[in-house]
Amino acid sequence: MENFSPTDPMIPRSYRVKRKIRESHDTFTLDLQPDNLEEKTNFAPGQFNMLYTFGVGEVPISISGPMKESGHILHTIRGVGNVTQALNNLKIGQKVGLRGPFGNAWPIEEAKGKDVIIMAGGIGLAPLRPAVYSLFSQRQQYGDIALLYGSRKQEDLLFHKEFETWRGKYGIQVKVTVDTGDRSWKGNVGVVTTLVPRVSFDPSNCIAMICGPEVMMRFSALELTHAGLTEDKIFITMERNMKCAVGFCGHCQFGPAFICKDGPVFRYDQIKPFISTREF
Amino acid sequence: MNKSEVIDKEGLNRLIQILIGRGYEVVGPTVRDEAIIYDQVFSIEDFPAGWTDEQEGGIYRLKKRSDEALFGYNLGPHSWKKFLHPPERKLWQAQKEGLDFDIIPEKPEHKKYAFLGARSCELHAVAIQDKVFMQGTHTDLHYQALRKNALFVAVNCGQAASTCFCVSMQTGPEVENGHDLVLTEVLDDKRHDFLIEAGSEAGKNILKEVKAKPAGEGDIKKTKEIIANTATQMGRKMDTENIKELLYENLNHLNWDKIAERCLSCANCTMVCPTCFCSTVEDVTDITGEHAERWQKWDSCFTMDFSSIHGGVVRNSTKSRYRQWMVHKLASWQDQFDTSGCVGCGRCITWCPVGIDLTQEVGLIRKSEPGQSGILSGNEGQNENS
Repeated sequence: MENFSPTDPMIPRSYRVKRKIRESHDTFTLDLQPDNLEEKTNFAPGQFNMLYTFGVGEVPISISGPMKESGHILHTIRGVGNVTQALNNLKIGQKVGLRGPFGNAWPIEEAKGKDVIIMAGGIGLAPLRPAVYSLFSQRQQYGDIALLYGSRKQEDLLFHKEFETWRGKYGIQVKVTVDTGDRSWKGNVGVVTTLVPRVSFDPSNCIAMICGPEVMMRFSALELTHAGLTEDKIFITMERNMKCAVGFCGHCQFGPAFICKDGPVFRYDQIKPFISTREF
Repeated sequence: MNKSEVIDKEGLNRLIQILIGRGYEVVGPTVRDEAIIYDQVFSIEDFPAGWTDEQEGGIYRLKKRSDEALFGYNLGPHSWKKFLHPPERKLWQAQKEGLDFDIIPEKPEHKKYAFLGARSCELHAVAIQDKVFMQGTHTDLHYQALRKNALFVAVNCGQAASTCFCVSMQTGPEVENGHDLVLTEVLDDKRHDFLIEAGSEAGKNILKEVKAKPAGEGDIKKTKEIIANTATQMGRKMDTENIKELLYENLNHLNWDKIAERCLSCANCTMVCPTCFCSTVEDVTDITGEHAERWQKWDSCFTMDFSSIHGGVVRNSTKSRYRQWMVHKLASWQDQFDTSGCVGCGRCITWCPVGIDLTQEVGLIRKSEPGQSGILSGNEGQNENS
């Protein structure tokens, strides 16, 4: 008995796991397809969905791809909580509840004609991947593109198999670093901000998009301003507790904004005072 | 201006019967557990005749009046939000079928409420919750269904509590908007009447049936006097000038620490506030594991869980939670909903176990040097948020 209401934003719709991709030791990607094949799976890069597993609960998960209208949708998830672990236990063909997409988008349009810096920490690359794909789909519209990616350890790096294509086919600068590297790691060691001086971009004509832990985003923004970017050209994505995703429940309030509907992407100069205030 | 008419106590009873006859569940003031609360009423027998309340920070007690006034009290702990935005509500249920499950939505309730005795500040509070649930990007269909059917029989306040400050919030004491009918209780040695006016077409329609008498010049004058007199009785005052800027600029003010020394983080203020709307969801499963339900329940920014994300709790300290509440109520609410979140009802003062008074706290922040500790003074380095 299918009885989903299309108008009540609190009612999940029925989706099924089509594919499951292991990304790292604790991270996986679920490829979901709507039961209702008529349903559009359009989204804007940066948006998120609420995923529900039966009897366990619901969590906000960023959409990690693909970009084209394709009838399916990807979510890259770290299995570290009750619901995300339950999502990890799902088998192909099993059902999840999905509400969304919610939230605003990365400034893909605004970045046209400019250089673009993508900075990500850990799983922060997941919500940025659709933005990267989106830039690639109109590659000639953008100047230099640089991806600066950091994670704690080598085994936490996501999507690294794609990096060669990104470099080769789309000509973007990809720099990767880890906080601590073991013997097998031949790359950079250190925080992601150390990569900023190592890529070329025109700070007077550049847009930066950052996603990662709050402290990483603040120091990345700081480093970029040192490199000459103004704060109104830097965009970050915020995380807070979220229950409804539609502005009713109040959990994700962040100063003047609701992260669920006014964010999660914010222009840095507009939220800097609040992100800089402890426990805000 | 709408035509004023007069009814006596019997007329008020008639009004209640007409509302019941039209299919409304009439909710009004009644005495229970030594407080005046809102619950279903069937006649004026249920009303708190001759009762009033004394209020101060952390203090609420009922007292006998020298007369038999029906609306001679101020405000109790309840507000109308408990009917329109109930403390808990099932959103949907899910039934397991093998490895699959189906979600069965809970249909919006189409109950008809007539709220009798709503005060001006309370009507403003309802208008504010309307903005939250019906005028944003998404609509809360459950709230909307109840709200669209609701009828408001408001009352002009005949007195104010020492915790009232609707005058400074410009939300009262005179009922001006959002009502279908409005009453003013006129009571002296010779008479116990209610001046009644319609505020909507629905109200006019009902008033016709009530068979009220036309009001005289004297009645209208008397009503104006009552309201004017109430306005002079405000026990509190809030200076709202540039209040948003004031609070945004003082997010690190020392007074937040002072408040935190007293605040119990009990969430009472958010429960009694007629505009606080926060909720959480709770997933429950039955013992077979085949049936799951999702419930929405009132929540409060004063709880630890409220701000928990992966990696910890954002607002760990009482200080940060009180600041979240007050800055939201008085400042960011303006950014989000183009109105203050405070209507000056004073409930948060009365029902705070330690009597924290937000009008006073705003005053303390205002009194000190501005910009010393705020977000505009650029003291980022001192406030590592890790």
